Amino acid sequence: MQQKSSTSLAVGHDIPEQVRIPWSTAFMISLAGVRRRLLRSLVTMAGVVLAIAFLSYMLVTGNITAALVEANISDLNVILQSAGVDIHAADHRDTMLLLLIGLSLFTCLVGIINAMLMAVTERIKEIGTLKCLGALDSFIVKSYFIESSLQGVFGTVLGLVIGLLVALIVALYGYGRYVPAHFPVASVLMSLGKSFLMGTLLSVVASIAPAYWAAKKEPVDAMRVEE
Amino acid sequence: MSETIIRVRDVKKIYRMGAEDVYALRGITVDIKKGEYVSIMGPSGSGKSTLFNMIGGLDTPTEGDVSIEGYRLSELTPRQLAWVRCHKIGFIFQSFNLIPTMTALENVAIARIFYGLTPAQARRDAAKTLERVGLGERIHHLPSEVSGGQQQRIAIARALVNEPDIILADEPTGNLDLHTGEEIINLIGEMKANFGITVITATHDMKMLSASDSVVWINDGAIERIAKKGEIEIEIGSIDGSTLA
Repeated sequence: MQQKSSTSLAVGHDIPEQVRIPWSTAFMISLAGVRRRLLRSLVTMAGVVLAIAFLSYMLVTGNITAALVEANISDLNVILQSAGVDIHAADHRDTMLLLLIGLSLFTCLVGIINAMLMAVTERIKEIGTLKCLGALDSFIVKSYFIESSLQGVFGTVLGLVIGLLVALIVALYGYGRYVPAHFPVASVLMSLGKSFLMGTLLSVVASIAPAYWAAKKEPVDAMRVEE
Repeated sequence: MSETIIRVRDVKKIYRMGAEDVYALRGITVDIKKGEYVSIMGPSGSGKSTLFNMIGGLDTPTEGDVSIEGYRLSELTPRQLAWVRCHKIGFIFQSFNLIPTMTALENVAIARIFYGLTPAQARRDAAKTLERVGLGERIHHLPSEVSGGQQQRIAIARALVNEPDIILADEPTGNLDLHTGEEIINLIGEMKANFGITVITATHDMKMLSASDSVVWINDGAIERIAKKGEIEIEIGSIDGSTLA
């Protein structure tokens, strides 16, 4: 019997290759996952939300102040000066401020990477199980990449809304009716666009490493994890 | 004599711990025939799980090789190995390993999606298979909303949905009470009888032994002995009195 089976030993390349799961299917699966662990996803998103809220707040406030300075109304100039705005400066950018924004974005990047690595560690067993069912590394990469990008985009949008609202409230409180009268729609939209791009880009970049790390997990390591 | 489906040839697994070599497996050779129900018995740390993982292509031997239906697992590419796991093997685990964020239906359907079907086809097949294991009504529940026995049924449906040739069950009754464990053993036994699936379980559970065609006893990384069906019954009697209280 043993002789018989060894003569019929087949060659490896007769075995077909496992099919790849299309992005659309992976997207549906990941979206359902994010929805069902919403609370956990919100915690992961918190970093992005805060960083982007801060960024969009700073940019929009800058836009509004610049528009008001440009309006050059004497009553308003008094209020602006008492608020500490240098109405004679050509450029309202502050290097310290830029540094602060940069730092907050960097913290956000580290935060997302950390949160995603945690998510991967928590779900090592899940990854191993999926591999036992026939998941390819590429599927794991796709699903974690989609998941963290989704969280990044949602978090960014949430951050934008918060940043914009806070900037509006603060501006209205400080300068009252002058704000709607001289609201710089174009430059504010531009700032929101920039913040959105920045948030999305950060989330996507931050998710690449954890996604690959997740896919590298051998199923046997995954199974060894005890409850 | 029926065809050999799994061949394990002089498989060794050696871990290097500092300057020392630790043998998890010391050269295991065993043939498993198509349609056979084999239990692998052994204390924890015996190498039972390691052997089990080798058969499932989850771990690679340091020496020797494992072949399934004549294909040497060590010669396969990762994508071919994934194909073998998906099409040939159904895995059942002690702690069920269901995806907590997926419903019963989705947990079974995902295996079918990996098989290459569209999500809609996958869900249809998953519903049928869940029906077959007696979970027709609870398919939209999350794993956390059903009992342990039902979770294991979902896991069995997931293992069966791709109509595998082999079921690998690692302590499938380990987290279940006596009665539920028996139900699960019967279910696995039925699948074996109805579909001619080869079943390999790693177990401590004496109840599983009586359902087995043969039992492989592993100790300290080597096969201690292999008992066939007739011999098992007698041994259970003696073990029951001594080691099992």
